[in-house]
Amino acid sequence: MPISQKIFALVVSLAIFLMALELVRKRRLREEYSLLWLATSLTMFVLVLKYDWLVALTSFIGAALPTTTLFIGSIVFLLLLAVQFSIKLSLFSDQIKNLVQENALLRADLDKLCLGDVVRTPDEQSR
Amino acid sequence: MPTLSRILVVIPVYNEAEKIAAVIDRVKGAATGADILVVNDGSRDATADLAAEAGAIVVSHLFNMGYGVTIQTGYKYARRHGYEFVVQIDGDGQHDPTYIPNLLEPLLSGTADFVLGSRFLGEESYTPSFTRRMGMALFRGIVTTIIGQPVSDCTSGYQAFNRQVTQFFCQDVFPVDYPDADVLVTLHRTGFRILELPVRMYASQGKSMHSGLKPIYYMFKMTLSILVTLLRSAELYKGDQ
Repeated sequence: MPISQKIFALVVSLAIFLMALELVRKRRLREEYSLLWLATSLTMFVLVLKYDWLVALTSFIGAALPTTTLFIGSIVFLLLLAVQFSIKLSLFSDQIKNLVQENALLRADLDKLCLGDVVRTPDEQSR
Repeated sequence: MPTLSRILVVIPVYNEAEKIAAVIDRVKGAATGADILVVNDGSRDATADLAAEAGAIVVSHLFNMGYGVTIQTGYKYARRHGYEFVVQIDGDGQHDPTYIPNLLEPLLSGTADFVLGSRFLGEESYTPSFTRRMGMALFRGIVTTIIGQPVSDCTSGYQAFNRQVTQFFCQDVFPVDYPDADVLVTLHRTGFRILELPVRMYASQGKSMHSGLKPIYYMFKMTLSILVTLLRSAELYKGDQ
């Protein structure tokens, strides 16, 4: 790997690592979301420094060039990130659904109370 | 034997101002003594006010959440207020409420946990479009094969069920979009007794939730949902009861 490429890759991975760390420190990024960023930038940093590891990995996955391996790695990272967001979105959708339902039920009970009606369930009525 | 005051008729609605009062009146005539709950899914018209004026209990979502979420809100209301049985009927006048006592009878006698109203079991009903009939036939075959009993109308929203099923439907396992064929498979896997009875349905004049490209998504969603339901352990559902 040419020295200019090596320096560029090291600077980029270090910058991403430090940026993620700083965002966590400022509480603008939660630890659970920083995991992928920190792990990926650290892996990239180590592979650039340990060039023979990158070459071995390139040979293992059958890629033509070590830079291709880094490129594939970044795509895998983005895919994992998208999956993580999809999982979180699904969770948030469920939570929003439950909140909307709870809000609707509580408002209905509150409206009844404000009208002076006592909210009584069939269980209570049969007692 | 439970009294009718322990029965809740759930009517999910979205922009049904023109029809809701008439639907409530007809339900009142068919299920005297039962409470009527209108779950308003963020309608932009006067549906909620008209339903309240017609004598229904009204619960309103802040914004539109879709059919599955709307009926589940009704189930949660029934659970919270201790109703013994729930009848679910559409708010667009498509379902004939005079069949409510028929659907309740097996529940009251304890011979079924979940009763599904079918438009294909003898009563004169409208005929759905060709493409819809194709989709129905496909999922009818899948559901009938899986649960081992014939189901003719697995997309029917005209249903009645007991407290245990209501409790089960309040869990997050209940699908929030197009809850029909996959719900039947889930109920069967959980061990609930399903029964299908004839009802009369009329053609809906409003916009169908199966319009546009939605049938394509419906086919995908339903197939995936049934597949993952079969892949899940039955114990997972039993634990949710």
